[in-house]
Amino acid sequence: MSAPTVSLVEYDEAVARFDPVIGIEVHVELGTRTKMFDSAPQTFGAEPNTAVSPVSLGLPGALPVVNGTAVEYAIRIGLALNCQIAERCRFARKNYFYPDVPKNFQTSQYDEPIAFDGYLDVELEDGTVFRVEIERAHMEEDAGKNTHVGGSTGRIHGAEYSLVDYNRAGIPLVEIVTRPITGAGTRAPEVARAYVQALRDIFRTLGVSEARMERGNVRADVNLSLRPTPQSPLGTRTETKNVNSFRSVERAVRYEVSRQAAILAGGGTVVQETRHWHEDTGITTPGRVKSDAEDYRYFPEPDLVPVAPSREWVEAIRASLPELPGDRRRRLTDEWGYSEPEMRDVLNAGALDLIEATVAAGATPAAARKWWMGELARTAKQREVDLADLPVTPAQVGELQGLVDAGRINDKLARQVLEGVLDGEGSPEQVLVARGLEVVSDDGALLAAIDDVLAAQPDVADRIRGGKLQAVGAIVGGVMKATRGQADAGRVRELILSRLGVEG
Amino acid sequence: MSTISRDEVARVAGLARIDLTSDELDRLAGELDVIVDAVARVGEVATPDVPATSHPLPMTNVFREDVPEPSLVVDEILAAAPAAEGGRFVVPQILEED
Amino acid sequence: MSATDLTRLTAADLAGRLAAGEVSSVEATQAHLDRIAAVDGAVHAFLHVDAEGALATARDVDARRAAGEDLHALAGVPIAVKDIVVTRGLPTTAGSRILEGWLPPYDATITTRLREAGLPILGKTNMDEFAMGSSTEHSAFGNTHNPWDLDRIPGGSGGGSAAAVAAYEAPLAIGTDTGGSIRQPGAVTGTVGVKPTYGGVSRYGLIALASSLDQAGPVTRTVLDSALLHEVIGGHDPRDSTSIPEPLPALVDAARRGASGDLTGVRVGVVTELGGEGYQAGVRARFEESLELLRGAGAEIVEVSCPHFTYALGAYYLILPSEASSNLAKFDGMRFGLRVEPTDGPATAERVMAATRGAGFGDEVKRRIILGTYALSAGYYDAYYGSAQKVRTLIQRDFAAAFAQADVLVSPTAPTTAFRLGEKLDDPLAMYLNDVATIPANLAGVPGMSVPNGLSDDGLPVGLQILAPAKADDRLYRVGAALETLLEKTWGAPLLSRAPELETA
Repeated sequence: MSAPTVSLVEYDEAVARFDPVIGIEVHVELGTRTKMFDSAPQTFGAEPNTAVSPVSLGLPGALPVVNGTAVEYAIRIGLALNCQIAERCRFARKNYFYPDVPKNFQTSQYDEPIAFDGYLDVELEDGTVFRVEIERAHMEEDAGKNTHVGGSTGRIHGAEYSLVDYNRAGIPLVEIVTRPITGAGTRAPEVARAYVQALRDIFRTLGVSEARMERGNVRADVNLSLRPTPQSPLGTRTETKNVNSFRSVERAVRYEVSRQAAILAGGGTVVQETRHWHEDTGITTPGRVKSDAEDYRYFPEPDLVPVAPSREWVEAIRASLPELPGDRRRRLTDEWGYSEPEMRDVLNAGALDLIEATVAAGATPAAARKWWMGELARTAKQREVDLADLPVTPAQVGELQGLVDAGRINDKLARQVLEGVLDGEGSPEQVLVARGLEVVSDDGALLAAIDDVLAAQPDVADRIRGGKLQAVGAIVGGVMKATRGQADAGRVRELILSRLGVEG
Repeated sequence: MSTISRDEVARVAGLARIDLTSDELDRLAGELDVIVDAVARVGEVATPDVPATSHPLPMTNVFREDVPEPSLVVDEILAAAPAAEGGRFVVPQILEED
Repeated sequence: MSATDLTRLTAADLAGRLAAGEVSSVEATQAHLDRIAAVDGAVHAFLHVDAEGALATARDVDARRAAGEDLHALAGVPIAVKDIVVTRGLPTTAGSRILEGWLPPYDATITTRLREAGLPILGKTNMDEFAMGSSTEHSAFGNTHNPWDLDRIPGGSGGGSAAAVAAYEAPLAIGTDTGGSIRQPGAVTGTVGVKPTYGGVSRYGLIALASSLDQAGPVTRTVLDSALLHEVIGGHDPRDSTSIPEPLPALVDAARRGASGDLTGVRVGVVTELGGEGYQAGVRARFEESLELLRGAGAEIVEVSCPHFTYALGAYYLILPSEASSNLAKFDGMRFGLRVEPTDGPATAERVMAATRGAGFGDEVKRRIILGTYALSAGYYDAYYGSAQKVRTLIQRDFAAAFAQADVLVSPTAPTTAFRLGEKLDDPLAMYLNDVATIPANLAGVPGMSVPNGLSDDGLPVGLQILAPAKADDRLYRVGAALETLLEKTWGAPLLSRAPELETA
């Protein structure tokens, strides 16, 4: 398909002239064992139509029954997003004909979502916290999957027929809808991306979904409109569907800002429409206009009864929630005594979990940060891998630091030990032994070396005796050299002074 | 008084995805009208203070355990389908994209 | 005992003889298959007869009985099943061209329970397409004829089940009742039909007409037989979210107790709004006579008013099409059933769906889908579906007030006896008026029963409807059995014995 010619305004110019307002709808597939309304197994990658029941195929006579675990997951998500949980809510039928919707209606919560009126504080790369207001989070079901056959492009246009697999039909979804996100200004693309990323992290932390973007577990629809100033009423919006990676979310917002700005700057009006995102070209194109798209004939699903989560249940779920990513970050910053910029660097480097585990293995937070953000970060960069993928575990880093703290190695030796660990020579202890890197801690051996150096530099010895303590460094240096660095410099200094009868 | 015009019947038939012949449109426009007039009476007593009843017996929180059951057998369901290929249902070309 | 005699037995009698080893299930099943072969050409109660499957079940039951297994009381008693109930491997059409030849890959819960109890399924019975109708004339597969007069309708939508039982083609049948489709055919064929409390019998595997109104129930020749069958199919089913999670009341016990004919202390309410004008004189006369019998049996007769029942028909004809328009959306030619390509233009999915539905649905189905789609479409919901739901509340309140004064309510089941085939086909509203007395129970979810209570002036059967509070289905059986006993005492034989003998092929 040839892309139509679209005029664009440079992004910077566009946001200088217009105030972007975004709205994001995120669908997350819940990681339950069965579907939303029936006991067909939820399996990824199964043979087509081998994870279906009369309900998920929409066969005559089939009836839905709500998956209680899916409701619990939805409540978890609602609570994590600081939402109110409905005392009573119902499912509705959204009626429209489409071959991958087996009943020709989708069972979805319409005007009675299970969770509503929440917010999520999203941290941007520079540490700015941006609050995104959540309008609602509601439960619904996924559709089947069409594969278009024939035609030149494999896309819908030109396809001769389609093949439908209903394995995905009926998988539980929670759709999270934001209120219009204003005030992001030029950072709108970054806010959009950070929001979706934060949601993904929350889904994983809550254990409600594997939240794998590449499998379509998390899918975003991005609404965007422009207005002349932040005081102006909201402009006409477009909805770009199925933007399925963090980077694409950011790019789609940028693209729509540029495209709409060009229309508005040219005196035109933006058409309210659904648009499609093209990952390859980085553009959006209009979707086909459906005449009856707005008339879904919603009515309460008569085959289901209302969901009325007791307050006891909601509170029990709240009490069982794991610590959320944002809370954890704030707590650890506090506990570890890091500065905000230090913590941000740690986060950006993906080192939070590693440092936490290293601290758990006995290292101080400062030492753990020193290793991961220093030597190891450099190595990761050199090897072009993520920190977490380096062949060293937080436990090993903790062990390494333990050796330093015990005085068995100094920092310089520790770096050599680490090198050995990264090269696969074993644990820090094993490397230390194998490479013979242990500090010389035998005073007798050290004294022998000290005597040798003092004898070789009698003038320096005299100056020390004469009270010039800064001269000790030269003798220490000589001893370290003689022991190939394997001595504890502090102990060496003590021994020198006592040998010379000088008070340190 | 006619409440549902022929055009309205045609629009609704489109929503309901039913091809109607010209004769059917004419007939339905007349017949539906009778029914609509008859049910207009309902409005006489359905005042705002009356709550709606969607279920005859009030029940809430009917949930299922999240325990899988075996899938239907793919060959059996495809045997009952108008067309199938490679384990999937064959449907005619889809012109609109959602 | 001759084969003919076996078909004349009640299910309870037949079950007794099976248990006693006097007859085998194969004999009983074969007797009914023979009867079907003899009379169904004229009655056309069945859309599909499964002789092989029924006999296989019968043989299995006989073998298990011979092996001394503990069997269900109705094991081996054959049954006919309305074609709206999904039966694995047995054609299930709901009387519609759009499902012609469809072989379901699963069983309805009712079907499962019948199979587990060992009832041989004789076949599937005719009905108005998707249960939309009161005469079975809207079946895509031809009319069913009333065994009392083959020129007349057997009622609907479950005319096939009622006619099968009335014509001795089956001792038991399953029906479904959305606005009277069990009770009204019962009345016009002189048989017993029960619509249980909503949620009392699982809807899983019933092809849905209107989800909040549909209920399956027994169709039989006696009240006790209905109780026996009701206990087989009823009770909680986790596959139906609206299924009542409680055990059924003791229905068979109630029927046996009622059969004594004593109703001392029972308060019977006569609903003012369900009688009088619009009810045939003969229907009214039989109703008055039945009241006298009940009074004579010790019942206290009280008059109750349910003022909102006059709005029931209007509410019903908003709720039913609305829900039906959505329930029937799945019939689109994509996954099962009929697929029709448009006569001209491109065969896109959208156009194939429309062509399939245009060709596959009959007039009445199209009429109701269009009305329901209209009622739900943007801007109309509150005025139509929403208002109708409010009327439901008012009707429930009327019932609550009436049941404060009476243990059961009674009325004629239908305003008239069976009309002639074709007589009302062109007048949908007149057709709908058949259900005026039965609809309130569906809207409120309460149980109802129709018991034959005599012949009208035209010599055709009339039914009396009994209504009870939700979950008190046992009251229907007690009062119904009492009335049945009292009436048969006056008649000297069951009403059906006065039906003309059908010519046999």
